[in-house]
Amino acid sequence: MQVEQFYYDNKTVKRFAYAVLFWSIVGMLAGLWASISLFYPGINLGLPATTFGRMRPVHTNAVIFAFVGNGIFMGVYYSLQRLCKTRMFSDTLSRLHFWGWQLIIVAGAITLWAGKTSGKEYAELEWPLDIAIAVVWIIFGVNLFGTLIRRREKHIYVAIWFYIATWVTVAMLHIVNSIELPVSMWKSYSWYAGVQDALVQWWYGHNAVAFFLTTPYLGLMYYFLPKAANRPIYSYRLSIIHFWALIFIYIWAGPHHLLYTALPDWAQSLGVVFSIMLIAPSWGGMLNGLFTLRGAWDKVREEPVLKFLVVAITCYGMATFEGPMLSLKNVNAISHFTDWTIAHVHIGALGWNGFLTFGVLYWLIPRMWNTTLYSKKLAGTHFWIGTIGIVLYAVPLYWAGFTQSMMWKNFTEEGQLKFQFLETVTHIIPMYVTRSIGGTLYLIGAVIMVYNLRKTIKQGYFSANELAEAPPLSEITPIHSRQYWHRWIEKRPLQMLVFSLIAVAIGGMIEMIPTFLVKSNIPTISSVKPYTPLELHGRDIYVREGCYLCHSQMVRPFRDEVARYGEYSKAGEFVYDHPFQWGSKRTGPDLARVGGKYPDSWHYNHMLDPASMSPGSIMPNYNWLFDHEIDTNRTENMIRAMQRLGVPYPAGYATQANGDLTSQAAAIKASLKGDKIGVGSNKEILALIAYLQRLGKDIKAAPKEQTAMKDGQQIMGN
Amino acid sequence: MKFINYLETISGISIYGLSSLLLFGFIFLAMLVWTFRADKTMIEEIRNIPLD
Repeated sequence: MQVEQFYYDNKTVKRFAYAVLFWSIVGMLAGLWASISLFYPGINLGLPATTFGRMRPVHTNAVIFAFVGNGIFMGVYYSLQRLCKTRMFSDTLSRLHFWGWQLIIVAGAITLWAGKTSGKEYAELEWPLDIAIAVVWIIFGVNLFGTLIRRREKHIYVAIWFYIATWVTVAMLHIVNSIELPVSMWKSYSWYAGVQDALVQWWYGHNAVAFFLTTPYLGLMYYFLPKAANRPIYSYRLSIIHFWALIFIYIWAGPHHLLYTALPDWAQSLGVVFSIMLIAPSWGGMLNGLFTLRGAWDKVREEPVLKFLVVAITCYGMATFEGPMLSLKNVNAISHFTDWTIAHVHIGALGWNGFLTFGVLYWLIPRMWNTTLYSKKLAGTHFWIGTIGIVLYAVPLYWAGFTQSMMWKNFTEEGQLKFQFLETVTHIIPMYVTRSIGGTLYLIGAVIMVYNLRKTIKQGYFSANELAEAPPLSEITPIHSRQYWHRWIEKRPLQMLVFSLIAVAIGGMIEMIPTFLVKSNIPTISSVKPYTPLELHGRDIYVREGCYLCHSQMVRPFRDEVARYGEYSKAGEFVYDHPFQWGSKRTGPDLARVGGKYPDSWHYNHMLDPASMSPGSIMPNYNWLFDHEIDTNRTENMIRAMQRLGVPYPAGYATQANGDLTSQAAAIKASLKGDKIGVGSNKEILALIAYLQRLGKDIKAAPKEQTAMKDGQQIMGN
Repeated sequence: MKFINYLETISGISIYGLSSLLLFGFIFLAMLVWTFRADKTMIEEIRNIPLD
């Protein structure tokens, strides 16, 4: 048979590798910054962009989509060509993919720093960028499937299945979760509200972990681990079971982020059952990885690449054991809203994604530059600093999370809450400091790696196009004794795409449809009214400043939470919340029932200098809210958008909205004046106070409202 | 204020949980059967693709 000659494209792989190195440092620096602001809020230098509420999404987005994202593309572009024995489908698409993705990252960072956010975790980027992500993702897809169609290898290796599942599921998750109504160039409201928004968001959020941080990296593991160890994967059969079981089960597990919330109970239970089942395929994959090294452990001692891969796979095993445990309701009751979750995700991010990426980089770069690693010793140093960094990062946070939760739930013998919320925060600050030290060590390790790889690159020469040869894909394939349907699928990438989509879409639909049907059945709580125009502006400010990253709005039905915050939250209270703001972490107290708890003047002083009202508070000052004016030009559009989303403002209300806004602002101004505080009549702080004072009040005010309802008051709610 | 548990208004809610488990069980079993009956030489061939 005629052997064909062709060239692998290394240039695109190189570009993505450089991007990984660059964004790893940026993402970790943003994380370090955010972590320091938890014990030293002054690090924001008084700037809005550098407060925790804006730095945290910059950090998470940079690590997930810039560092790991580029890591995925680097690994896929390298391995896919070799597994298919062909060059990537189109150099132009590869270039567009690379530059498009970097542009989105830069625009994403700038807009997040500027407070342009849709307020949904890990999906914060606003609608123009959501569209750009979809476009670039499609470019990647065309390039991926084009390459598969042109391949010279008849079988599709399991790593590629993981890539296909990743592509199709991320496309589905991104599109469904990003359905939003634009209000202006950089502001949109989620199409869904309250409970439904929460379900869609955590279906997305959990599966972003599954299909962006896990499946593509498992694909990389199945390619790069055999390469680095120079032996095939332990069990190919196990890898097939691993694949199908994993993608099928993962998609269902999202509701475990919403245990004890106002989400319907059956959806919570479904999430728990599938989360527990996830242990099996996850550990199957981990064992498959580790067993690949059986008889080669002497190599692990010598070879830094293998060291990184082994710790990565072990961390994958730890995180995927812990994940199902955290979805047990009784464990979740302790862990949720605490730093335990943060520790858990960092075992995944620093250990699994970080170390696997580092291993691949240490393996890939010497090969593409036709040389050997500049210093194995430095790589070993990186390995140890990184490992100690992970331990110093995670252990204090496990401790902090558990301690804080126990303190929250502690009652005195007289039946009173034993600790003020703030006491539980100040108690764990030493843990926060230690965590930042761990993070710093990990970052230092990464800097050492950048230096080592730079030296490696300098001593070698780069092959932009690597010569390879293989026979063309023959029409006559050898017939094995038994052919079954799976054999049929695995030769057909497009059918594989369709089947993966069906597998994941069924999960998503069965999970969500009932909750969507609810909308027509939901007997909304009669006293829950739409937000006033001023409160709506306040809510936008709340979202812009990322308040939801430290404050939940979800009182769970626990004795301590009801005692601390008030009546537990009901699904019907959130029907006008586009987007929902339940939050996932309580660095500060829950705000679901903060309305009416303190006078307006308390909020005024608290936003100006939190420590003046709560000594020891780690919340930053929000000085700019006292200078910035409310953008009343937007009010009309905001009301119209809400009306389109089904919020029942009276017809034609948009044009009168600013009138109501002015009178409500004047009322707050007057109440502040009563406490000897002077403030301009149109400052943002008034809107934020209005919003905070409204939170959770509607159901409290129910009986009073029934008797005293007048025209116009219907909108104000109370 | 009266809050009625709206899920009572969806009839046959349990079918969702049940059908999902059955669906998963069926696919998983089919998968297992295939894997264990698959041709050994072919599996070996695919297993070695990365090392080619």
